Amino acid sequence: MSKPNSYRTGPDAGGRFGIHGGRFAAETLMPLILELEDAYRAAQADPSFREELDYYLAQYAGRPSPLYFAERLTEHFGGAKIYFKRDELNHTGSHKINNCLGQILLARRMGKTRIIAETGAGQHGVASATVSALFGLPCTVYMGEVDVERQQPNVFRMKLLGSEVVPVSSGSRTLKDALNEAIRDWVTNVADTFYIIGTVAGPHPYPELVRDFQSVIGDEAKEQILKAEGRLPDTLVACIGGGSNAMGLFHPFLDDDGVEIIGVEAAGDGIETGRHAASITGGRPGVLHGNRTYLLQDEDGQITEAHSISAGLDYPGIGPEHAWLNDVGRVKYDSATDADALAAFQMCSKLEGIIPALEPSHALAHVAKIAPDLPKDHIIVMNMCGRGDKDIFTVAEMLGVKI
Amino acid sequence: MTTAPNSKNGGRARIEARFAKLRDEGRAALVTYIMSGDPDLETSAKIIAGLPAAGADIIELGMAFTDPMADGPSIQVAGLRALDAGITLKKTLAMVADFRQHDMETPIVLMGYYNPIHAMGVPEFLAAASASGIDGLIIVDLPPEEDAELCLPALEAGLSFIRLATPTTDEKRLPAVMANTSGFVYYVSYAGITGAGSADADTVAAAVARIQEHTDLPIAVGFGIRTPEQAKGIASVADGVVVGTAFIDVLRDSLDAAGKATATTVDAVLDLSRDLAAGVASANRRAAP
Ligand SMILES: Cc1ncc(COP(=O)(O)O)c(C=O)c1O
Repeated sequence: MSKPNSYRTGPDAGGRFGIHGGRFAAETLMPLILELEDAYRAAQADPSFREELDYYLAQYAGRPSPLYFAERLTEHFGGAKIYFKRDELNHTGSHKINNCLGQILLARRMGKTRIIAETGAGQHGVASATVSALFGLPCTVYMGEVDVERQQPNVFRMKLLGSEVVPVSSGSRTLKDALNEAIRDWVTNVADTFYIIGTVAGPHPYPELVRDFQSVIGDEAKEQILKAEGRLPDTLVACIGGGSNAMGLFHPFLDDDGVEIIGVEAAGDGIETGRHAASITGGRPGVLHGNRTYLLQDEDGQITEAHSISAGLDYPGIGPEHAWLNDVGRVKYDSATDADALAAFQMCSKLEGIIPALEPSHALAHVAKIAPDLPKDHIIVMNMCGRGDKDIFTVAEMLGVKI
Repeated sequence: MTTAPNSKNGGRARIEARFAKLRDEGRAALVTYIMSGDPDLETSAKIIAGLPAAGADIIELGMAFTDPMADGPSIQVAGLRALDAGITLKKTLAMVADFRQHDMETPIVLMGYYNPIHAMGVPEFLAAASASGIDGLIIVDLPPEEDAELCLPALEAGLSFIRLATPTTDEKRLPAVMANTSGFVYYVSYAGITGAGSADADTVAAAVARIQEHTDLPIAVGFGIRTPEQAKGIASVADGVVVGTAFIDVLRDSLDAAGKATATTVDAVLDLSRDLAAGVASANRRAAP
């Protein structure tokens, strides 16, 4: 495949990134999906939309988030210089708020009066519940029963924020099933309801607009690293569930040739065991949840269950733009196991005083793998996209500690 | 162009012949949806074999999928029963080929989601579907925006691609929705998932009239039709009545505690078909405008 002039021009008019993406949605939703695209184009052309979003990002979410030099981890690994983009310091504790603020402002422009969302780890659910509270809209969050169980603090948080949390008992009872149920709600209440999708997936224009709302991460990181180091980083690393925090960091750097970019999928018990959530490493292209992308599926096209210690990565697909970036070779996709992530989680807590979420612990596990062998002037920027308070029960259980 | 195996007597032609016959008889079509392979392949094959004599004019065969986003709990669980019993798309096609040994007239339309077809490969699937005697496809997650994926190749292969029109399909969109539709149009009576609502004959009549402005194809109506009385009401305002969840529910209620077929399973489904057919036949069809 020849190298495109720019990696940042997608999607095309049909919502495609190469063969991926598209609008594989039920007819009931199509008029609304087209209306959403129109509304988004109008918002993009309206400076007051950006102004309003920037206001809330700064004053409500606390942006910009710092770019922090993780000195003790750098010392510990003895190789590359490690920076964390600290999106875990945002209001609500993860990058999810960036996207939720953007989407709820769109929902208001479209005159929608009710919000729905899906959630895995609960971070997107909490962020959706938060912006719904902020703008006084009722919000229903769909969450798999397994995730309700392992992310209790976030369930309670959503309820405190005034949202209804609906446990989903179908299928694997995790993120994919929460998405199914949210889509079913959306089909039923299409007239008044806005669906805030939590990652760079779904029918066009969702992957594009979520990417755009998350790109604030990479835009800031670029400015910050130039200020700190006077040059661009050598390597970017981020974890991938659906891929929104990763896309947010990566996208502004895609055309910077010298920057190596690595997405880290969840390898669960190990790719070879079949119990994982690494859709690029272990899946093949298929169509689910409105887009074509790499999916974990059997020979007959039935979706297989993903497995990860991290509820936020426990999804059998990946955003279509990542699928394309893999195909054209611009981004490398690797994976980290539950055990690797757990070790990174503990190391970061002890060495940096930062308890990371289990999701970015996967990214850190990859950093731990590559940093020691890299020269001391090699700069890595890793997206610390969430904090780990929500995960302490899961981790305690894994470590055999009762709390 | 090579002639697809279906193009003469099967495929789109079989659906057209069926609606022509019904027009002559002055009645609407009863379209019965059952899930292929539910609760097991053998029972499912018996049900399909028995449906035409039990009044089904067109058989819609659900293709099980793990993630049926437009379906309510009944059809979700039916799909999982079928998958647990080992159904695959290939086995569904083989079952239809068996059916065709005895019935060359009753159209069979596959309904479901794109991914199992995508996994098989579109050309491979279309060749196998035509050879098995499949006549049409209803694919929930393929709107006109994605016609190049399967719709156009299916038409080329002589199969009908039956489009869903919904209450949200506005005037602006109807021409695009009708453009590559063939066989019949499937009007979804309410915005929502299967098994969740109820079809209202007056609302449906207005919608059918609206769609008729854009097509000469027969219009079948589905979602929210469960009883012979409802079937009668819809049959008086539309060219076809699609019943799905009600079949799945009587089938489910006939199963034993372990979810296996019992001696009453096949008859439970066929009895409902007979009752619905009587309802459809008793409709007073409004004269064409
Ligand atoms: C902290 C955190 N990181 C990452 C993810 C995964 O989502 P994405 O890949 O879209 O960033 C989640 C999802 O719940 C999350 O909570």
